[in-house]
Amino acid sequence: MKENVVISVRNLVKKFGDFTAVDNLDFEVYKGEIFGFLGANGAGKTTAIRILSGLSAPTSGDAIVSGFSARRQPEKIKQVIGYMCQRFSLYEDLTVRENITLYGGIYGMRRQLIKGRTAELLGKLNFEKYADSLISSLPLGLKQKLAFSVAVLHDPGIVFLDEPTGGVDPVTRRQFWEMIYETASRGITVFVTTHYMDEAEYCDRISIMNEGRIVALDTPAELRKKYNASSVEEVFIKIARPDGRLHTA
Amino acid sequence: MSLTTASLNQGCPEKQYSENRTMGSAIESAGISKKFGNNRVLNNITFSVNESEIFGFIGPDGAGKTTLFRIITTLLLPDEGKMTIFGTDSLTGFRELRKQIGYMPGRFSLYHDLTVEENLKFYATVFGTTIRENYDLISDIYSHIEPFRKRLAGQLSGGMKQKLALSCALIHKPKLLVLDEPTTGVDAVSRSEFWDMLKNLRNHDITILVSTPYMDEAMRCDRIALIQNGSLLSVDNPRKIKDGFGKRLYRIKARDKYRLLISLRKYELTATAFPFGDSIHVTFRDDIYDQSLIVHLGSEGVENVTIEEMEAGIEDRFLELMERKPGGETEQV
Repeated sequence: MKENVVISVRNLVKKFGDFTAVDNLDFEVYKGEIFGFLGANGAGKTTAIRILSGLSAPTSGDAIVSGFSARRQPEKIKQVIGYMCQRFSLYEDLTVRENITLYGGIYGMRRQLIKGRTAELLGKLNFEKYADSLISSLPLGLKQKLAFSVAVLHDPGIVFLDEPTGGVDPVTRRQFWEMIYETASRGITVFVTTHYMDEAEYCDRISIMNEGRIVALDTPAELRKKYNASSVEEVFIKIARPDGRLHTA
Repeated sequence: MSLTTASLNQGCPEKQYSENRTMGSAIESAGISKKFGNNRVLNNITFSVNESEIFGFIGPDGAGKTTLFRIITTLLLPDEGKMTIFGTDSLTGFRELRKQIGYMPGRFSLYHDLTVEENLKFYATVFGTTIRENYDLISDIYSHIEPFRKRLAGQLSGGMKQKLALSCALIHKPKLLVLDEPTTGVDAVSRSEFWDMLKNLRNHDITILVSTPYMDEAMRCDRIALIQNGSLLSVDNPRKIKDGFGKRLYRIKARDKYRLLISLRKYELTATAFPFGDSIHVTFRDDIYDQSLIVHLGSEGVENVTIEEMEAGIEDRFLELMERKPGGETEQV
């Protein structure tokens, strides 16, 4: 299993002043895995993802992502991962084709390769008729699918998806997850956060964060068994509010 | 879609809140349509909301929920149709109505450079009241954030902002509370708490209109409208909407979900196959499958298959209605 580790997190800590946002994380993610990264608002997920994607430096500890250190080589990490966040990374006033070309260029892909990939991508999404439409004119579901495709345009080893399906209709949400399955089956690791608990069940393994720590990490089936719950949502509620009190923060 | 008001009212509200109360009508929407340029955002929207019920609009981004809410809150005029709120025409009586409506928009309406308490005081003053006067109404919610009353609103967490915004929308004791996606981006636990608060508010004779993209929240409403591309797909209590599912539904599981899904799509008797959590929800053309399914899945290398019939949920029904209704976003793909 060792050679298949694509993310290795060791004693990772991030502090903002006196506040510890990420408190000693320690976990591994494997190649081709769909890894669900769950937690209540404010649990520290976004901070952790920012470190893993080279956007923020750890206070102590380290994460090795596709062989590069988040502490020492964040710029290298940025080149070998894909990233899609809840609000779009696409430029609204550029066309579909222009966006693809722009991102291909940012990732340092050769012009010829970008051209080939563009045709491939448009065909796969059945998007040819939108190739020269402005992003702003597309419905949300199409934008989201395109944003995902662009995030994996350069064949990254890992793609980070931060609440990728917020607000889309149930049919599009499922089409999106089929794209995730297909991507994972090609060996790309998918690291995903979501507030839809049914989506957590699609993942190979999930971790649940609470107050900066990972309090549970396993397959959905094992977690349901361990917490004697019928769904991941039930597991989540048991973990995130163990004492049943109302958190205000 | 021609849903008449009369037929909508037949969906008898559940006992728990209709007892000991004469149900008046809070909202009557008749044939409301709205265009922005050439873009038809709302298409002949007709429904009614009873007093003191929690009425949910369930649908994805871009379905028209926010536009409809802005018309109901008298902030936007419809191109066609008539909107009546507590018997008052929203066109001519908007001044009167605004005093009776509390509105919590999707993007937070708080002043980030005012403290928690200043925000609340501001909203109270605008509506000519005081925090003290209506404190009992908001105490349930506000008490959670009161310890932070000197903190700037901009420094609150998402969950706390949500509670403050709700307190601000309630401080003038509105008869109608309109909440536009109050739980979007909020974690599952906080969402559940939020719905508990709404249930409590109903006891204060407040009619609540709420929109959400989360199908699971539909069950917490007294009645819901499913909305997609500016049209209502269905209006009823959630139980009845679920029961409207037209086919026999099967839950199929296997070790490799993706392979199972692809194999099911190839099977000739499959009508629909949608992933749902750890399983696939499947309908068959003639409602039944036979031994050939097992043989097919086996030949595709799908292992550890279990098949069981199941009861459809709201989301199954929504998917079914979307399939039937052409022009859906997904249809263009």
